[in-house]
Amino acid sequence: MTTPVWTNPVVRWIDTRLPIFTMMQHSAIDYPTPRNLNYWWSYGSLAGVVLIIMIATGIVLAMYYTPHTTMAFDSVERIMRDVNYGWLIRYVHMNGGSAFFIVVYIHLFRGLYYGSYKAPRELLWMIGVIILITMMATAFMGYVLPWGQMSFWGATVITNLFSAIPLVGDSIVAWLWGGFSVDNPTLNRFFSLHYLLPFVIFALVFVHLWALHTVKSNNPLGVDIKHPGDTVPFHPYYTIKDLFGVGVFMIVFMGFVFFAPNFFGEPDNYIPANPMVTPPHIVPEWYLLPFYAILRAITFNIWFIPAKLIGVVAMFASLFILLLLPWLDRSKVRSARYRPIHRQFFWILVIDCFILGYVGANPPEGHFIPLGQAATAYYFLHFLVVIPLISLFERPRAVPESISAAVLKGS
Amino acid sequence: MHKSLLAAALAFLLAAPAAPATAAGAAKPPEQAWSFDGVFGTFDRASLRRGLIVYRQVCSSCHSLSLVAYRHLAGVNFSADEIKAIAATVEVTDGPNDQGEMFQRPGRPADKFKAPFANENAARAANNGAHPPDLSLMIKARKGGANYVHALLAGYKDPPAGFQLTDGMSYNTHFPGQQIAMGAPLNEGSVDYPDGTKASVEQMARDVTTFLAWTAEPEMEARKRLGLKVLLFLLVLTGMLYALKRMIWSDLH
Amino acid sequence: MASTASTAPGALDTDDQKSRRDFLIVATGAVGAVGAGLAVWPLVDSMNPAADVLALSSTEVNIAPIQLGQAITVTWRGKPVFIRHRGPEEIKAARATDPTSLIDPEKDEVRAKKPEWLIMVGVCTHLGCIPLGQKTGEPKGEFGGWFCPCHGSHYDTSGRIRKGPAPKNLEIPPYAFVNDTTVKIG
Repeated sequence: MTTPVWTNPVVRWIDTRLPIFTMMQHSAIDYPTPRNLNYWWSYGSLAGVVLIIMIATGIVLAMYYTPHTTMAFDSVERIMRDVNYGWLIRYVHMNGGSAFFIVVYIHLFRGLYYGSYKAPRELLWMIGVIILITMMATAFMGYVLPWGQMSFWGATVITNLFSAIPLVGDSIVAWLWGGFSVDNPTLNRFFSLHYLLPFVIFALVFVHLWALHTVKSNNPLGVDIKHPGDTVPFHPYYTIKDLFGVGVFMIVFMGFVFFAPNFFGEPDNYIPANPMVTPPHIVPEWYLLPFYAILRAITFNIWFIPAKLIGVVAMFASLFILLLLPWLDRSKVRSARYRPIHRQFFWILVIDCFILGYVGANPPEGHFIPLGQAATAYYFLHFLVVIPLISLFERPRAVPESISAAVLKGS
Repeated sequence: MHKSLLAAALAFLLAAPAAPATAAGAAKPPEQAWSFDGVFGTFDRASLRRGLIVYRQVCSSCHSLSLVAYRHLAGVNFSADEIKAIAATVEVTDGPNDQGEMFQRPGRPADKFKAPFANENAARAANNGAHPPDLSLMIKARKGGANYVHALLAGYKDPPAGFQLTDGMSYNTHFPGQQIAMGAPLNEGSVDYPDGTKASVEQMARDVTTFLAWTAEPEMEARKRLGLKVLLFLLVLTGMLYALKRMIWSDLH
Repeated sequence: MASTASTAPGALDTDDQKSRRDFLIVATGAVGAVGAGLAVWPLVDSMNPAADVLALSSTEVNIAPIQLGQAITVTWRGKPVFIRHRGPEEIKAARATDPTSLIDPEKDEVRAKKPEWLIMVGVCTHLGCIPLGQKTGEPKGEFGGWFCPCHGSHYDTSGRIRKGPAPKNLEIPPYAFVNDTTVKIG
């Protein structure tokens, strides 16, 4: 990569004082990208696009939303009925939340499959996990804002998780609420944080990209970039490929926004919050269901530790365990393409996560309890036992010598 | 390669929350054909007008419609004079005036539909302790939507032998638990339709459901119209992007 | 960049391809830019007055209780509107003034549909302060109408600017007399 020479005098003047154009040239145009990335690599930039959409629509929605228990629900309905294009902006924001998680989950599983968490990309991976956790907190608080029945009871259930903490649990819950139940102070602080956290995510994304551009992109073969023939400049090859991906995504996304806007929602959230009546079946938004299933899987005490506490710890552990993954998987080979056993267990994990989501959507009764417990047990076994063991005993297939060698052979 | 995008679209479709188990024993509402179904669906204007009559003459004695203003009727082809006339039939409390007192005045188009009770407690006191819910969002706030509301309105039956019906409750095949505090609201000829349509229970249930589908989603027609244009545009743009992608990548192979 | 062409294209062929490609880039860019512009429009338009705000954009006022020589202030679209029941001297003073000599020439007959009723937006056309002169005892300025305390603009009994920095007469809102005692503003 050479330092570009700027001919435009204004650009040159700025660039010699703040090399912002050189930085953009290096990271968005020249950035040497493996030439063999498939469409699973489009989801990273897609997540960035969704983040921008969410921030843009969110800023506008905040102009019309009123964070007060007596007015929140009606202010959202005023957006839907009276604000110009309010229904469109709100439906984009509402479905954008679901779209964001779909895109990010695919991005995450792509990383799992192709070993994108392995050296030297451990920190890149860990920042990604932190982004996911921040997204979950943001989404949860955003879901509370319309102040419908699910908003209120979801907030009640999730904040009550913290009462499981020994000794100080109840004080922490009262602190979270700013009162003795989920009420106006809670709604106000959730609104404040829901507005703040996306900008934290934005900053984290910047750090994520910085780490990425330092260690360079992984690729479906999982082999390192060895010589210039392995890569192409990001622009125009991946700008156009990613833009095409954005187009396909927008068709699906807008299909939901315009023709099935409440597909991902719950009817109960169109009933104003009523602290005196709990809906018969409380479910979080779909993207939190697997974690909700893990929370509820623990129905037994272990020694003196109450089940509630273990459930909460298990739920948070299921996320934080991802941070340890780079060290749990000892295999030298990154891509599951060359790891026959690892690949099979990857798909088992995918199925396991779907089962957890299914269990999370259903009431904790009958066969759903043992099913949820088995799926939870496998989830942790997968990361703590299966992955380390495979990486010790698996015999990987021969890995291509380089990207260009494999591409030439293939074409 | 394109498999992955397809799979993602599929995942988007499948990731829907799995349906939670329906409350004990309520019959699944039968699927009805509605004018507002589908990509090109619109509200049947004649049915919606009849539904407004049913709401005003029957439902409005207990149920509020607090999110809807009279002026909103302009969105479904009511004329300004019709809206003024409808609004003027109610007396609303306004004020305070110069003497500091609240006063009554005829409704205006900008007013919300007048609620039958001043507050929830008044509603409960007048209804045996039950609170008739606001109907503005009813179609969106119940599983099954329009089909459910229609089935409920037409679902009043005599209880089967041996069914323990609590005092003051009615038997309804589609209400969870089959006991509902609302007595059968629609009876043959409850209202007179000026367009000559026979006011059967089924007809009134259909009409008021159509009306409530509009109150729940007044933006629906505009949404679908705009949606078709947006999708058409995106298909063209994405097609062009695909052609360009093919062209740019062709010099690599 | 390294490229290994599978077929060796003729020179004419590549030229043709290049121009087709350039055309497609420009066309796609144009369509994309239009799309981005259209996508931003709902966000911008949402900030225009909403339907419920527009629905309240007119107000009806009962003017029967206003005594001769008195004035009331009512709120219309979030702004004060002065309604003044003018006496004969005020009307005479307003009508006698030669409009052509004024900063913002306007006839009193145009400003007041009924000479005894002057209805205007009570916002100084200089920088948006509310002029004094509505209540008895308030300064009415050198021309017996209104006086803006912020920067010293004097308005006459027709609400026309006579002295001071304001560039225009006080604005007349759209209004109509529904009957003898009710006026509809907006």
